[in-house]
Amino acid sequence: MNTVNLTQSYDAEFVHEVEAATGQVLATCYQCGNCTAGCPYTFVYDIPVSQVMRLLQAGQKETVLSCNSIWLCASCQSCTTRCPNNIEVAQIMDTLRHMARRKGFAKAQRPVRTFWDSFLASVRKHGRVFEMGTVAEYVMKTGRFWSDVDLGPKILPKGKLHFRPHDIQGKDEVARIFERFEKEFGPQSTQEASHAR
Amino acid sequence: MPAKVYAYYPGCSGLGSSKEYEQSTRAVLKALGLEVQEIPDWSCCGSTPAHTVDHRLSSALAGRNLAQAERMGDMAGVITPCPSCLTNLKNAAHHLHEPAFRAEVNKLLDRPINTVLPVKSVLQAIYEDVGPAAIKARVVRPLSSLKLAPYYGCIMNRPPHIMQFDHHEHPVAMDELMEAIGANVVQFPLKVECCGASYGVARNDIVMKLSGKLLDTAADRGANAMVTACPLCQMNLDLRQGQINSANRTRHRTPVFYFTQLLGLALGMSEKEVGLDMLSVDPAPALTAPVAVPAEATA
Repeated sequence: MNTVNLTQSYDAEFVHEVEAATGQVLATCYQCGNCTAGCPYTFVYDIPVSQVMRLLQAGQKETVLSCNSIWLCASCQSCTTRCPNNIEVAQIMDTLRHMARRKGFAKAQRPVRTFWDSFLASVRKHGRVFEMGTVAEYVMKTGRFWSDVDLGPKILPKGKLHFRPHDIQGKDEVARIFERFEKEFGPQSTQEASHAR
Repeated sequence: MPAKVYAYYPGCSGLGSSKEYEQSTRAVLKALGLEVQEIPDWSCCGSTPAHTVDHRLSSALAGRNLAQAERMGDMAGVITPCPSCLTNLKNAAHHLHEPAFRAEVNKLLDRPINTVLPVKSVLQAIYEDVGPAAIKARVVRPLSSLKLAPYYGCIMNRPPHIMQFDHHEHPVAMDELMEAIGANVVQFPLKVECCGASYGVARNDIVMKLSGKLLDTAADRGANAMVTACPLCQMNLDLRQGQINSANRTRHRTPVFYFTQLLGLALGMSEKEVGLDMLSVDPAPALTAPVAVPAEATA
């Protein structure tokens, strides 16, 4: 069993930061376990979501921000919907991802992050996501050349995938959203995305 | 009374991987007399990737479209077929009512958002503005050979305080629309479970397990097809069904329809018109299956 020494490792500032960013009161979690019971992703999590909540209460910044679970949460909202104390748990998981990126903890589950970043890079460039380009970029960046090659023959003859992006007129306007965001809130948060074009 | 026209937000997948959803949605909206105007030069809502980076970024990407819709004039609201777009637009709309948050989002935009229009799914608009009874009266081809597992996906109705439509654990809107067109709807307990979302590319194992469970359960319940309202769910269950069968050693051949495709067929549209040819798993057997006649009818 993992034990946590609160005398040495409780990070009060971290607890306040999570509460301020989410508007949630972490102490209201009484560990009923409903979120974990309903979470479809527990089988791939290293820390079940109710334990993430407990570790947050205990101010365990490093453990929480470097875990796999925060990158495997699909925001399906099962936890939030079923929490008896109306805690927006999925929003907390989202906020932990934001913090992990900004504070340099985002080491776990790189392929997942790379896929998301390739998606955003595509939006930034074209104004709308270019599906084929996103997958191609993901494959280039991860070297996973076998990803979904079997799906090509199923989807290509149906004319559902395009080889060219649908650029919009306001694509510069969309790019400026990303630029202003980085200027205002720090480039590190979308760093991988900005390199990925 | 001003004409009720919705600002229509198609979503990026409608241009590609869910073309048949987009095509059948437009055809059905038109046939049912729901008037829509596409939001001019709409951009991507940011989908899941944006909200995992920052809620202000996500709301700005969704918000640009709300601002575009605002400038269209007297619109009844924004509607979109895609639950992921819906989530982003609704979350943005919800939080933009907080002045401090709106000010931060507006800092990211060329043109600020002033009035936030109400946002609905196409499913909600069809269910509330037309309704099952009116659709039933218009059916020319009852789809009685279908035994459908209605699958709403995880975020169409959750969290309830943001989505504000139908029930968060046991939604019924799509069930009722499908019953209205003569299909048999099975009790499907996994209506709002997650299919594995966008992990199909980076963590295929997750989709194999979660979507596999959905297909297994639909089959256990005697369904000969599934019906969805979400491009990502449809893609995982239909396009990836072969991968799922290989990974799980199953032999499913379950067609996965968009609800708009079935509405269109029942209203008399051709298979081509609703894009049935764009599905991966052949839907013909389910559409032509012999109809089980109730015992009392033969006695």
